[in-house]
Amino acid sequence: MSWFKRKDKKIQTPSEEKAKIPEGLWLKCNQCKEIIYRKEVEANMMVCPKCNYHFPISPEERLKLVFEKGRYNFLFREIKPEDPLNFVAAKKYKDQLLKLEKAGKIDEAIVIAEGKLDKFNVVVGVMDFSFLGGSMGSVVGEKLTRAIEYCVSKKRPLIVFSCSGGARMMEGALSLMQMAKVSAALGLLEKAGVPYISVLTHPTTGGVTASFAMLGDIHIAEPGALIGFAGPRVIQQTIKAELPEGFQRSEFLLEHGMVDMVIDRKDLTQTLIKLLRLLYA
Amino acid sequence: MAYFLPFEKELVEIQKKLETAKTFGKKQDIEKLEKELANLREKIYKNLNEWQIAQVARHPNRPYFLDYVNLIFKDFVELHGDRYFGDDKAIVGGFAFLDDIPVCVIGQQKGRDTKEKIFRNFGMPKPEGYRKALRIMKLAEKFKKPILTFVDTPGAYPGIDAEERGQAEAIARNLKEMSKLRVPVISIIIGEGGSGGALGIAVANRVLMLEYSIYSVISPEGCASILWKDSSKANEAARSLKFTAKHLKQFGVIDDVIPEPIGGAHADPGLMAATLKKAILEHIKELLNLSVTEIVNDRYLRFRNIGEFLEVKS
Repeated sequence: MSWFKRKDKKIQTPSEEKAKIPEGLWLKCNQCKEIIYRKEVEANMMVCPKCNYHFPISPEERLKLVFEKGRYNFLFREIKPEDPLNFVAAKKYKDQLLKLEKAGKIDEAIVIAEGKLDKFNVVVGVMDFSFLGGSMGSVVGEKLTRAIEYCVSKKRPLIVFSCSGGARMMEGALSLMQMAKVSAALGLLEKAGVPYISVLTHPTTGGVTASFAMLGDIHIAEPGALIGFAGPRVIQQTIKAELPEGFQRSEFLLEHGMVDMVIDRKDLTQTLIKLLRLLYA
Repeated sequence: MAYFLPFEKELVEIQKKLETAKTFGKKQDIEKLEKELANLREKIYKNLNEWQIAQVARHPNRPYFLDYVNLIFKDFVELHGDRYFGDDKAIVGGFAFLDDIPVCVIGQQKGRDTKEKIFRNFGMPKPEGYRKALRIMKLAEKFKKPILTFVDTPGAYPGIDAEERGQAEAIARNLKEMSKLRVPVISIIIGEGGSGGALGIAVANRVLMLEYSIYSVISPEGCASILWKDSSKANEAARSLKFTAKHLKQFGVIDDVIPEPIGGAHADPGLMAATLKKAILEHIKELLNLSVTEIVNDRYLRFRNIGEFLEVKS
């Protein structure tokens, strides 16, 4: 029991007013823990001005950064998820999909777009971590495979920004098979002599790393991204020991020869252009 | 040593009686008990659920890859090492005769006792294992020999060294390179098909699966701990994941289910091997009739067509 009792009704903020308050005027950096002005971070491509921490960004923001004047066309948007296993866990997969669809997530866990980057017509895939952890099920597999086949026939370079927890459990072995499907398609792209640049962003793990993310002609990682096959928690449980500092981060992968370069977001587009000019002009 | 799984509890009693009868009893009693045991076993194995099948797939007495090598092939010559780093004991590969057909055989190998389990790293390959497998497959391609791979792994090894040497890259490369091999490839899931670690040697023209083996994107325990936040829900997870041969045949993930003896492969390894050999021979003879282009296209399309989604015209 409280000591004082409010006789009137409680203080209430009307919901319209609530909505007006700008969401997160300030941001706390996940790395240096500094409180920073959101606009400043946004102007800096969602990179912390204090410590260079790269905040995750949405596929739309990513596409805007890649394509000239932010102009591009979507491809293969007609492919939508199903629930082939009738999968039920704590939640029903069907319900999860429905909820995401209602929230306006129409591109599943990957967006495919084409547009101009410098003088090149390129096809870009961007994974969306906010869609079930960017997991790869039948839709991601199919959209990517079609994108690759499109690149083979039109001889267009392919750039994929991966960001995923791995294969999607809720589609069982069908998800697993997407790894083989996409990798096999990349075999055709290789044969066609068309460049494929894999950009690994935070986090890229599991079946996505163990398929198309590690099959690029060039591997670029964003600073500080977690990239690996097994997740750090699984490894820790297996070996029952502390993991070394910086383990499975971009810089660790660079050191171990798994990526060609670690590039800041602000330099990424220019790097892509340079590479295409060198390899494909 | 007889080993009983939890759902085989009823068999234990009869087995005990049978053993007593064998020492002291009459021939009549023994026969009666043996029949009873067989009938009950058949009844149990006719109705195994997904979780029980997973337990059979991991049965400590289940035949492993090298058991099949001994039972099916002749003149096996093992090759070692990936030529980059080392020799992974969790993957064994080489060449052997299947009747009079020289073939390449590669498989994941688990250990039977503690010492051997550690030696084989519990059947969990590291990058050098996948790279060794690929090296041997490339040899097979060069010398135009069909490839048979035997899958039996809980998964690729999740450890610091494996990550440092590029576990993901090694698996990814195998997926791409296997899809281009110019010789027939047949993969057989003989026990556990643990996710990417299994697929890393299973991009084949034909994927066969023993009746009580499993092939899954994640272990039932792993799935339970992620989606239920409770690893003891493995039973439910197994049901949801639908990783048994019967389900996967329906989804087109595998091409053929190889029936096991009643009581599982370990109940009669000889019979199991004979059944499997027959199936392999049938498939290999079919594939050997195809041209190189047909072989490569057949494998590409096999995987290209897997996946279930809707196509909505906008």
